[in-house]
Amino acid sequence: MLVLISYDISTIDAGGQKRLRRVSKECLDYGQRVQYSVFECEVDPTQWIFLKDKLLNTVNLKKDSIRFYMLGSDWKRKIEHYGCKKPVDLHGTLII
Amino acid sequence: MKKLFSTLYVSTQGAYISKERENIVVSLQSKELFRAPVHLINSVVCFGNIMCSPFLLGLCAENNASVSYFTEYGRFIAKVQSPVSGNVLLRKQQYKYSDDGKFCLETAQSVLLGKLSNSRTVINRALRDHEDKISDSDKLKQVSDGLRRAIANVFNAENVDVLRGMEGDAAVAYFSVFNKLILNHKEEFFMPGRNRRPPKDRVNCLLSFVYTLLVHDVSSALEGVGLDPQVGFLHKDRPGRPSLSLDIMEEFRSVIADRLVLTLINLSQVNANGFSESPSGGVIMDDENRKIVIDAYRKRKEEEIFHPFFKENIHIGLLYHAQALLFARYIRGDIDAYPPFIWK
Repeated sequence: MLVLISYDISTIDAGGQKRLRRVSKECLDYGQRVQYSVFECEVDPTQWIFLKDKLLNTVNLKKDSIRFYMLGSDWKRKIEHYGCKKPVDLHGTLII
Repeated sequence: MKKLFSTLYVSTQGAYISKERENIVVSLQSKELFRAPVHLINSVVCFGNIMCSPFLLGLCAENNASVSYFTEYGRFIAKVQSPVSGNVLLRKQQYKYSDDGKFCLETAQSVLLGKLSNSRTVINRALRDHEDKISDSDKLKQVSDGLRRAIANVFNAENVDVLRGMEGDAAVAYFSVFNKLILNHKEEFFMPGRNRRPPKDRVNCLLSFVYTLLVHDVSSALEGVGLDPQVGFLHKDRPGRPSLSLDIMEEFRSVIADRLVLTLINLSQVNANGFSESPSGGVIMDDENRKIVIDAYRKRKEEEIFHPFFKENIHIGLLYHAQALLFARYIRGDIDAYPPFIWK
């Protein structure tokens, strides 16, 4: 299934930068960055439990917000992209 | 059932593949070209001068993604795999059976049955769909009849050597009419017969390259279910030769590889100018054509096909895995005979 993750991390206090970095790295372990604070992660249910747990342990829920959008397994027709920085289609031909 | 994930092909000369946390990162002169989490990649295939960091190899091994190296022209060099793989009991049984003449014969009969009937179907399909465009359809019918007789004879063979002879004869007959299945660009794409190491014309060059991709996939599938791809039954053991992969591959050669090559030529997808002759007389294709072939092969793998044994539609890319599973069941004794994939 595909999960869209977006977040707002408050960087006013000292720990903010650190949390921001850690959240982005954890998202990147499971998916790709489509915009600055937006990630698309294709995970199976087990991986999703791990990822969600890691993210929720990283953010400070008093100051930050994080949103998960479950797009299910039939996500291809639910996403449209316009403009530059088109994400890589990981199910397409990967020839580098 | 297993999920079909992508294979990452890297053919940019001088590229460097490294690990960054759980990501596979491809870069060229420290500029990032590609990044993806390892769990979405089935295998990494490198063509030519590609460097992989040891940590990347470790990451791939841990996640059951194979990393294979080929020369720029598609000859297999090496493959990196995780330290422990498969089921030792299954492999021991496979080794024991490989010395058992009766078992070898029965297995080889199944394998050959698959190969011959699929080759015949390819010819018959061409006759049915394009009889008007084929110049010498009587010759094709002859070969088809010859194959039918050979199929009927498979189970009369007394030993594996007889079968090998039958296979050779059938292959010669089949490739003698392969040219007639090429309907477009006949001047550029013409083969006098099958030749290899090195392939001496464009058609053989395409065939060899697609067979290489096929062997790689079949070997991965066999290893994935715990079998040893080097211990075969129809093909004799020889150091470095993936004999079992070659056995299992027989049933796929015509259906998947040959038809893919024919499609590429007949629909003018490959460019006849993109081939060059090396000093040794071999024909090699350029990067552009190689990309087209890989792309077409990947697309073919995503198509669905009806599997007569499982009685359901599966991706062609998972067909190898399905057949490897069936072969493992056969070795374990769960089924009485190996059912080859027969294309209808």
